[in-house]
Amino acid sequence: MATAAAHQTYGAEKAGADTTAYERAFDAAVAADERIEPRDWMPDAYRATLVRQMAQHAHSEIIGMQPEANWITRAPSLRRKAILMAKVQDEAGHGLYLYSAAETLGTSREELLDKLHAGRQKYSSIFNYPTLTWADVGAIGWLVDGAAITNQVPLCRCSYGPYARAMIRICKEESFHQRQGYELLLALSRGTAEQHAMAQDAVDRWWWPSLMMFGPPDDESAHSAQSMTWKIKRHSNDELRQRFVDICVPQAESLGLTLPDPDLKWNEERQHYDFGPIDWTEFKEVLKGNGPCNEQRLTQRRRAHEEGAWVREAAAAYAAKHNDITGAMQA
Amino acid sequence: MTAPRTTPVPTTAALALGDDALVLSHRLGEWAGHAPVLEEEVALANIALDLLGQARVLLSMVGDEDELAYLREERSFRNLQLVEQPNGDFAHTIARQLYFSTYQHLLYTELAAGDGLFAGLATKAVKEVAYHRDHAEQWTLRIGDGTESSRERMLRATAALWRFTGEMFQPVEGLDVDPSALEAAWLDAVGGVLRRATLTVPEGPRSGAWTAGAGRQGVHTEPFGRMLAEMQYLHRSHPGASW
Repeated sequence: MATAAAHQTYGAEKAGADTTAYERAFDAAVAADERIEPRDWMPDAYRATLVRQMAQHAHSEIIGMQPEANWITRAPSLRRKAILMAKVQDEAGHGLYLYSAAETLGTSREELLDKLHAGRQKYSSIFNYPTLTWADVGAIGWLVDGAAITNQVPLCRCSYGPYARAMIRICKEESFHQRQGYELLLALSRGTAEQHAMAQDAVDRWWWPSLMMFGPPDDESAHSAQSMTWKIKRHSNDELRQRFVDICVPQAESLGLTLPDPDLKWNEERQHYDFGPIDWTEFKEVLKGNGPCNEQRLTQRRRAHEEGAWVREAAAAYAAKHNDITGAMQA
Repeated sequence: MTAPRTTPVPTTAALALGDDALVLSHRLGEWAGHAPVLEEEVALANIALDLLGQARVLLSMVGDEDELAYLREERSFRNLQLVEQPNGDFAHTIARQLYFSTYQHLLYTELAAGDGLFAGLATKAVKEVAYHRDHAEQWTLRIGDGTESSRERMLRATAALWRFTGEMFQPVEGLDVDPSALEAAWLDAVGGVLRRATLTVPEGPRSGAWTAGAGRQGVHTEPFGRMLAEMQYLHRSHPGASW
């Protein structure tokens, strides 16, 4: 077992120990499928990759509240309204878990939020699409949460312990949301002709952006190889995308809805569904900030943060005063 | 409700309590994605969900919850004018919550202690409401006794909403508890929190001829109609559809 050497504390390195010995121990721990913990030594690039990925993941939860919160005040029944409110609340909770997990790597929530607001860290491209009808809430649950789960379930075995543990909790709630989204679409699909059309329109608009959530094709994915060696990532983008398509096709059939891809068909030889080409130009434009809602999402996030500044300052001032009182009483 | 119904449900009272919870829940739902810190995204949604749960039980005692929520017009709603007031800044939202949760906590404690038709609901809800009240009190202290500018905001908010607080103590037909009996305890509790928050208790009238009992009679303030227009539009666009 590599444990003893790998789990030396991070600080020990500063005492002049041999870095390459730590590297060997780290590599051995990863190879043995052991979890790396916050106080363990880790390569700087591993730390930086994790901070980038976890921050982006946390930001996606926070920005991802917006397209759905857009429908809370217009939800068509009290039951659906309660489900949607609970879901948006869960997303805020997921953001909190993920910022806490990222903080174990030596960054802070404030720092990460500042980077998000400055446009220096990204969030999932999918949340730059608008929710135009109630059915979009269902399409997000079924497709967007479905794609997120396909991506995230392997992260429950990620080599970094705090991230893996956060993902176990998050995936449980996400699969619940995904079923609720599916059930919402099913109700619409089986409802009136107008409701059915609303559901189909939403699936037509969300299908391709959902496939883009798996990232660029394998031959263009910059971080993939290293992340797979480090066991941050367990499957390639294209593998996960294929898995998602294979899951969705029969689900769409049972929903009574079609997927907007004329090339979609079962390939007996591959035992997978073939599907049409993705518009990577659109994907790149959205990533560059030119999607339908990039400006709106970031502006709302910045505004909430700026308008809330006085509240955070008040809480800090109150805490300082009352700690002083406690301090004075103890003195 | 599990208790067998030996007497008909007092519609006016159930609608009054149910509409209060429904409308305030809706207002809190408007905060989603706009809160000053992530923890408040969680807290405000949590309170909104508790209230929505209470509203659903209460409206279901009278009829179909969705018909009642989505197909009544402004003049048929029986909620307090206080709960329909726009969110304003965070201080306004907290002041509204402090005033309402303190009242609701006192009321539900009394209802839970009795054996009327609302006792079952109140017994469950009073635990949630105690949390809402604590949340509002803690924030009143932080905003009131925080910075100079936060104190100014809390003073403005508590003063602006003060005029709507008298209505809470008007009698409600069919309610086992006479709300006017709660008034002294409410003034004492709210006054205590405001003073601990270094704030003054507002001096203006708590209601006048223009507001006394108005919401309970279906007479509302201007922002309420727009709130309902948004809340009801989709349901009304698809008559008879299920969701």
